[in-house]
Amino acid sequence: MLEVPDSVAASEAEMKAYTDLITGPSIKFQMVPIPGGTFTMGSPDEEAGRNEDEGPQHQVRVDPFWMGKYEVTWDEYEIFMYSLDIHRRKVLGDRPTENDAVADIVARPTKPYTDMSFGMGKQKFPAISMTQLAAKKYCEWLSAKTGRYYRLPTEAEWEYACRAGTKTAYFFGDDVSQLDEYAWHYANSEDAYHEVGEKQPNPWGLYDIHGNVAEWCVDALDSAFYAQCADQVVENPLVLPQRLYGRVVRGGSWDDDPELLRSAARRASHEDWKMQDPQIPQSMWYLTDAQFVGLRIVRPLVEPSDEEKVRYAADEHQVWEDN
Amino acid sequence: MSGTRNPQVGGASRREFLKVSSVAAGAALAGGLSLARSAHAQGDDTIKIGLVGCGGRGSGAASQALKVPDNVKLIAVGDAFADRLEFCLSELNKDAGIVPRIDVPAERRFVGFDAYQKVIDAGVDLVILATPPGFRPIHFRAAVDAGKHVFMEKPVAVDAPGVRAVLEATALAKQRNLGVGVGLQRHHQLPYLETMKRLHDGAIGDIVSARAYWNGDGVWVNPRQEGQSEMEYQMRNWYYFNWLCGDHIVEQHIHNLDVINWVKNAYPISAQGMGGREVRTAEEFGEIYDHHAVEFEYADGSRMFSYCRHMPQCWGSVSEHVQGTKGSADISGASIQVNGESAWKYRGENNNPYQTEHDDLIASIRSGNPLNEGENGARSSLTAILGRMATYSGRMIGWDEALNSQLSLAPKQYAFDASPPTPAVAVPGISVVL
Repeated sequence: MLEVPDSVAASEAEMKAYTDLITGPSIKFQMVPIPGGTFTMGSPDEEAGRNEDEGPQHQVRVDPFWMGKYEVTWDEYEIFMYSLDIHRRKVLGDRPTENDAVADIVARPTKPYTDMSFGMGKQKFPAISMTQLAAKKYCEWLSAKTGRYYRLPTEAEWEYACRAGTKTAYFFGDDVSQLDEYAWHYANSEDAYHEVGEKQPNPWGLYDIHGNVAEWCVDALDSAFYAQCADQVVENPLVLPQRLYGRVVRGGSWDDDPELLRSAARRASHEDWKMQDPQIPQSMWYLTDAQFVGLRIVRPLVEPSDEEKVRYAADEHQVWEDN
Repeated sequence: MSGTRNPQVGGASRREFLKVSSVAAGAALAGGLSLARSAHAQGDDTIKIGLVGCGGRGSGAASQALKVPDNVKLIAVGDAFADRLEFCLSELNKDAGIVPRIDVPAERRFVGFDAYQKVIDAGVDLVILATPPGFRPIHFRAAVDAGKHVFMEKPVAVDAPGVRAVLEATALAKQRNLGVGVGLQRHHQLPYLETMKRLHDGAIGDIVSARAYWNGDGVWVNPRQEGQSEMEYQMRNWYYFNWLCGDHIVEQHIHNLDVINWVKNAYPISAQGMGGREVRTAEEFGEIYDHHAVEFEYADGSRMFSYCRHMPQCWGSVSEHVQGTKGSADISGASIQVNGESAWKYRGENNNPYQTEHDDLIASIRSGNPLNEGENGARSSLTAILGRMATYSGRMIGWDEALNSQLSLAPKQYAFDASPPTPAVAVPGISVVL
């Protein structure tokens, strides 16, 4: 494992913000601590712009984790997507490190047929248009590369982190007129995503958690699940997907109106997100029509067992043969 | 406006031209091979489809053709390779929605260079032509000669003799009232249609310049296998060989060039440009360039600046933009600006154009007044070929020079033990391109 300062914590109290490093080429990314706690998930009936699937509100307990301060950028994602680390070693004649050797085994995306940034910019701009499978494989690769276990957030972790203790429609309150200070959305984005971190963060230091790009979660969107959780405190809930589509993204995007950016707003993936992929089989790596979807990673304080990790990893419904 | 070099049809807009030509096509109906008539004779109104070319795109096109709201059936398939053919059928059969419309027993699965003719002769009404584009002119002509409706992928040719063959077969298809769809799906995509309508109505005045991009990362390589003939190797890596692909300016960038032709209602009169291989230089990448930059001129003096690149980690864009005397438009983004302010932006439904192009073609065939997109398909293909001729030669080349070129890229013989053309990367200033 490549040690980086402040990345080790024996307890919640010891958790600090830290900067992790992807080697060869060296790209840094920042993680902030999210203390464990109990919160009210979902939105009240009277919340403006609310959708039925956001209720009933219910109590959820979430264990501590770190979360990406920013959405994953192209700088980070392209090392994985284009195997830039492998190519670089080849050119420089470098030998793979122990971590590299493990990371090299992780399946990586095929070459995209078209420009997947859709002319909106790369580098510090958020990576987009990846399937949930690709997002999960990125986490798997990143875990191997760094020696620290990263994965996508559960829907509960995501909403808990977004709310940061607040109960309002947005982490800054209910007043939509303030949204421009905190988020990129349809009316202010000029039809494109923006570099991460340009707006004000939430109380726990997360940038662009509302807007810019919607963020992949692990869960399937089950609109009946909240009702099953009423009258109890559910611990670390996770609805495992049983099919390819209908998987959750959260936070809304540059292409969405304000109500879709609310803390409780949910959205499910749909086959239309690959509408303009004209091939059969369609790519399992790219969403040609989801230029609004990206990802943000988490790292649980307590690394789960290998058995437990399977729940967050690529599943049989999203991996196809011969692709 | 100088007459002879202007490929614009008789000075009329293409829409007017299409209107006129469909009247002519209607007149030919009585003597034509209308589907309604031939189907009626058999007492069955199913449109029977054959697929030629079972790669990823052919499989996709077949799936879309089987999803039209009509009575259709896939009854024959063909490919140069048995493995591609079987993989295609197994993938199509994973979609429960279309399985009842697939009826392709072993005796209607054809493998080899002559598979196309066997598919055409297997009792089909419509053929989908989705092999690498180098074969398209031959396959299209054979389909039209046999009186079949056609959906063919873009580009429709890779050289001038191919373009002329497609134009000729298109004219024949019109006489015979056969439908011809071409996979330039933006013509069936709502945001494009709505934007184009406004631009043609003068939303930004006269178009004075245009930009078209396909800057992406490039495509796959299938490594050489032991025991593989050179012909098989090239066929499995068709993207990198011009007799099959035409270079990426033709194979991909045609989409963007076609959009600018569409907004101009015209085709260029000349082109000059530059290009080469900077990053993708290894032998496995055959003979195509990895970048082209071309300036096309239209008869009214306006220019199209075209850029296409296959280089990872560089600025990417697949888009079309125009400047007018009153404003500008991002056609691919479906937005129009006037005086620097946003004047209009499409926020309606996004249809799946790959589906709609098949819906539209089949519906038009049923109506007895079938679509014929062959002419624009051929002329937009020639636009891209003209661009390639310009970058490969380094010269300025006129439309008519390009159209009348006698240089054929085709091999002498189509067989796995025959020799395909030897790959040769063009050298500007030296290479012969006409």
